[in-house]
Parts: sequence; C-alpha cells; structure tokens
Amino acid sequence: MSKSAVKAFTPSGFVYKSTDLPEATKKDHKKLGLTTDNVMFLFREMFLQRRFEERAAQMYQKGKFGGFLHLYIGQEAVSSGVNFVLQPDDDIITAYRDHGWGLVRGISAKAGMAELFGKATGCSKGKGGSMHYFNAEGHFWGGHGIVGAHIPVAAGLAFANKYEENGRIAAGFFGDGAVDQGALHEAFNLAQLWKLPVLFVVENNGYSMGTATNRHTATEIYKRALGYDMKHAIVNGMDLFSVIETMQEVAKDIRENSNPWFLEIRTYRYRGHSMSDPGNYRTKEELEEFKNNDPIERLKTYILDKKLAKQAEIDAIMDEVEKEVLEAVDFADESPFPESNTLYEHIFSGDDLVIHDHK
Amino acid sequence: MPELQFREAIRQAMQEEMRRNEKVFLMGEEVAEYNGAYKVSQGMLDEFGPKRIIDTPISELGFAGIGVGAAMNGLVPIVEFMTFNFSLVGVDQILNNAAKIRYMSGGQVNMPIIFRGPNAAAGQLGATHSVAFESFFAYFPGLKVIYASEPYDAKGLLKSAIRDGNPIIFCESEQMYGMKQEVPDEEFLIPIGKGKIKREGSDVTVVAHGKMYHLAVEAAKALAKDGIDCEIIDPRTIKPFDIDLVIKSIKKTNRCVIVDESHPFGGIASEVGFLIQRDAFDYLDAPVQRVTLPDVPAPFAKNLYDLWYPNAKQVVDAVKSVMYKN
Ligand SMILES: Cc1ncc(C[n+]2csc(CCOP(=O)(O)OP(=O)(O)O)c2C)c(N)n1
Ligand SMILES: [Mg+2]
Repeated sequence: MSKSAVKAFTPSGFVYKSTDLPEATKKDHKKLGLTTDNVMFLFREMFLQRRFEERAAQMYQKGKFGGFLHLYIGQEAVSSGVNFVLQPDDDIITAYRDHGWGLVRGISAKAGMAELFGKATGCSKGKGGSMHYFNAEGHFWGGHGIVGAHIPVAAGLAFANKYEENGRIAAGFFGDGAVDQGALHEAFNLAQLWKLPVLFVVENNGYSMGTATNRHTATEIYKRALGYDMKHAIVNGMDLFSVIETMQEVAKDIRENSNPWFLEIRTYRYRGHSMSDPGNYRTKEELEEFKNNDPIERLKTYILDKKLAKQAEIDAIMDEVEKEVLEAVDFADESPFPESNTLYEHIFSGDDLVIHDHK
Repeated sequence: MPELQFREAIRQAMQEEMRRNEKVFLMGEEVAEYNGAYKVSQGMLDEFGPKRIIDTPISELGFAGIGVGAAMNGLVPIVEFMTFNFSLVGVDQILNNAAKIRYMSGGQVNMPIIFRGPNAAAGQLGATHSVAFESFFAYFPGLKVIYASEPYDAKGLLKSAIRDGNPIIFCESEQMYGMKQEVPDEEFLIPIGKGKIKREGSDVTVVAHGKMYHLAVEAAKALAKDGIDCEIIDPRTIKPFDIDLVIKSIKKTNRCVIVDESHPFGGIASEVGFLIQRDAFDYLDAPVQRVTLPDVPAPFAKNLYDLWYPNAKQVVDAVKSVMYKN
C-alpha cells in the first residue's frame, strides 16, 4: 500500500473536504417565473423547516422524546425548491432525514412534532417516529430508515403512474451514502430500461455519517447515471433558485418524455449526523464556509436587495413561524400517547386483528 | 369437473383475477416471452400483453422494490420469484418494506402485493436451491403466508390472496406443478387462515402442509394396514395458522405428529408444537412428535439427499411412537 493510501484510510488528523458546490444560477426569480408571493412563501417554508428542527433538537435534549433524530438543517433549499416545481399529486419518497420533506408535503408542524414525541396525533400516529413520517394523502410516501432501500420503491411509485397513465411523476431522495447500495443500481437499470417517469436525487451533503463522500464512494456520484445512459445534472443545493431552475427543466422532461433523471444536488448538513454526533471528522472552517452560503440567509438578502419586502415584513414572517413551532411543541407535549390497543392496529388492511397468538 | 395441473390452477387464478381487476399485473424473470420458467404463466402474455405480463432482469431487489412502490401507489403486483431461494437477494423489500410500511405509517399506506413462486426442495439441486421458506417468512409480522398442497386449494387461495389487499407470500413447488386434481369451473374462493381436515381419523392427528401433506397421505395408507387411523389436517395457510382446528382434532385423537419441511429450529413444528402443549396439554396421551429436515443444508449426492429429505417411513415411525407401538 502506498503512503498516501495509508493516510487516506487513517482519518485522524486528516480531514477530508466534503463536496464542491457548482455555480449558482444567475437568473432572478422573475426569469424563473416566480412571483413575489412565491418567493415569500418559499422563504417562510424554508424557515419553518429550520425553526421546527431547532426546536425539535431542544426538545430532544430536554428529554421530551427518544430514538434517533437526524436534522435536515442546511439542506432546506432542496426540499422547498423541488417541491415548489412538482405538482401536489406527484409522488415523493425520501430517507430518514425527512422532517423538512414532510413539512413541505402537507404535514403540519403540529403533526410532525407530535410524531417526534411519539404521540397519537403524529403524522404516523406515533407508529413511525422521526425516521418514518408519512402523508399518503399528500403523496408523501415516507420516511425510510434502511439506507437505499426506498430507491427501488421510488421507481415503483413511478411504475404505477406510468401504468395508470395519470401524468404524475415520482421523485426519490437519498443521501450520498445510499449511492453505495446495490439497490440504486438495480433501480437505475430498471427505470432506464422501462422508461419510468422517475426522478432520482442524491442529496450529497458531503458525509455518510462520519465518512466524507470521497472516502466512501469511487468517482463522482453523478457518474452513476452514465452507465445507464440516464440524464443527469449537478446542482447547487445551497441556492434555492438553482434547484428550481434545474427542476423546472427536469420535471417537464420526465413528464413529457417518461424517462428517468438522476440529479446530484450538492448541499451540506450543519448539525451532526444525528444528535449524538459531535462532527469531529470535519473542520470548523468548512462548516463556516457552507454556513456563509446558507440558503435561507441568501434568500433573505435577495429579498431585501430586490426590495421584495421590507425587513419588518421578514421579521413578521419569522415571528409567525416561531409561534407556529412553539404551538406545535405545546401541541405535541399535551397530546396523548397512542392507546395501548393501537399496538395491534395498522398491521393489515381489512380485518386488522390477524395477529398470531393474540387473544 | 375438469382436472387441472397445479400450475394451471395457479394460472387460472391469476387470469381470472386479472380479468376482474385491471390493477393486477404479473412480473418476474421469464414470465412473459418464455411463458414462465415452470410454465405457470403460459399464454398470459398473449392474453394480457406486455403491459401486464412483464419480464424483468435478474434483479430481485430491484423488481421486488418496484412491486412495493407500485402497491403503495394503488396497483396489485404479483411478483414471481423463479424460486423463493432467489428472494433472498431482494428480501429487504419484503421484510422491511412490504411487511412494515403500513404499520409505520399508522395505517395510511396499503400494501396489496403477492410474492409467489416455487419453494423448498425439488430434488438434487444443492444447498442454495432447496430451502423451505414458509416458516422464515411466517416469523415476520405483517406478512400472510400460504402454502397449498393441491390444485384446488391453490386456486381458491391465490384468488383470495390477490383480493386480500395485504402482503402475501404464496409458496408453490416445482415438484407439485404437474400434480392433477379436479377443480370446478365455477368461481370459488378459499378463505386465508382456514385449514382443512383432509382425512378423518380417530387415532392420531397428523398436521402436514405443502409437499409434506402428500407424505402424510402415503404414511396414513400404510398405517391403516396396521389398523392405525390417522386424521390429516392440511393447514393450507401457514400464517395466520388455524390452530383451533388442530386443537379440536387433538381433543378427539389425543395424539399429534407434525410434518414440516422446515429445518427443526424455529420451524412451524416448533411453534405449533408449543401451542398444542399449552392449549391441549390435558388431552395429550403422548408428547407431540415432529418430522422435519435435519439441521443441515441440502446435500447433492442422491444417497445423502434421500437421507436428508423427510419420507413416509419417518412419518409412520413418528405416528407409531406417539401410539407407543414401536
Ligand atoms: C442498510 C443500512 N446500513 C446502515 C445504516 C445505518 N446508517 C444510518 S444513516 C447512515 C449514513 C447514511 O448517510 P447518507 O446516505 O449520506 O445520508 P445523510 O445521513 O447524509 O442524509 C448509516 C450508515 C442504515 N440505516 N441502513
Ligand atoms: Mg450524506
């Protein structure tokens, strides 16, 4: 083994850079077809995701609930940008870093917070927890905890849409770690072979737990598409307008031509992998560099520069969001835990009590 | 009544349900152009076309997952595994996704999906191609498991399975595909979770499903010559298991032998045996006995295979032992 290879396998004292951001788009909101209202809505939505999770982290630290808690903070431009372009009845599925996705897909802050607390009023009735948010009515299909396992399921959602000829498309989101799973390759091959109307998106946030992307995956991630002749692009995920710009082209192409796409959206998570991770595998400088590119701050500056709103209006939105989140915390706290008998519910449809040796 | 092969009964069940419900489709390796690795889906491509009879690459993880997503989004996939041995490379989709998503979503997401194909040993195919998976799948909450022993049951149960709206493991057998039985022309359904007394008897209750049912029949014939009268119960569905039928029978016979193609540890015989000792302890005149595979992978050599695979003689001996007649 060469000296440099040894170094590469001994991360202590050797910190890897996460990921390089491509250029952000130069187009302004008007060029992208967004109204001022759209921009303000998106600002509010991104800020809601941020405050929701900051409060969730506090509640976790206070011991209000247990389990894993993976925060999406830093990545909000991806969920908001993608969801803005998709239709409300397009299908979305994601991994366990799912709170932001749930919030943009019709799960209220109350139902989301209550799910974290494991309450009956949660978006999955307290049965799923942080990693398994669902809102089937809003075409949000989870919340999935096995890395990579939902990638073929995304293709299956798209398969059903194509079978039904309903004009809907499906979009599946996963982390850079999931790219290393075989499921991705089987799903890519099938999706391309069968021309499924599906969008695969890796949210490359630079790390799979503590393993930097270039330490866990060979070559550039987007190149996974090349072997399948799949259309692909790299996107700056710290910039809302860049996500929207690409998504407008991609969603249209998938809908019109029924072929899959693979987007590598480069982004960054500010917090640890989960609540127990102090993040020693990266430098403070790197974290600061990305925070300087913060999608919410960028949009706020844009709004002020373009005079889309005054500081007072922004403050009012932020206060309103803060209130919404605090109400959600109270709601979650005061909500009842699921009734004991619900332990046995929701296994099968129809006659629910087909449970072995249960009387 | 027409006589149907097992494979024809399964085919008819799929055809009838596909005519009835446009959301039902079949996918798997070689199911379309090749007419099925074991000719179960013969002619179905002609009738339903490539939209609904779909050849897949050898990507069990991929197409099982596509089935799961399609089921969540309103379709009713029938996913054929060339054999259940190959389901292992895709089993995450069955155990983590198909079986659990409804529960984790608090009942929001339905999962109407059938995984079917041949199961268990089929002669000298070696260790990777000979596994009986019914007890393995039955272990997991969220799955229903069916393993019919005869064409009539297979047809009625598969039709019920396709209408059930839940994830179902439907086990077949290469060695039974050619087996014939009269099956009525008129439509019929067999409820999931109901066993059947297929031979009435007074001395011993023999519980046997799938291929093992036929061993039990052979053994019962031999035992009858010795004046021992077996009652044979075919549970037909492994999960939910019709334990009430078994207990009722034991209250009459006071003796029981379970014939199970699983390996012994944690197999169906262990679970059913436990339930019997708990629920019928006072009625038993002898400990429950079982005939299973040994705790050994399938060997290839003919002589070793014959030693490995359960046979009617073992069933006869087990019955005699609970009768204290050997
Ligand atoms: C199959 C599987 N292996 C391991 C894990 C444990 N695990 C959970 S998250 C994770 C890292 C995944 O990182 P990435 O895909 O980049 O997503 P991110 O956390 O960055 O959003 C690991 C190893 C798992 N959940 N599933
Ligand atoms: Mg990552």
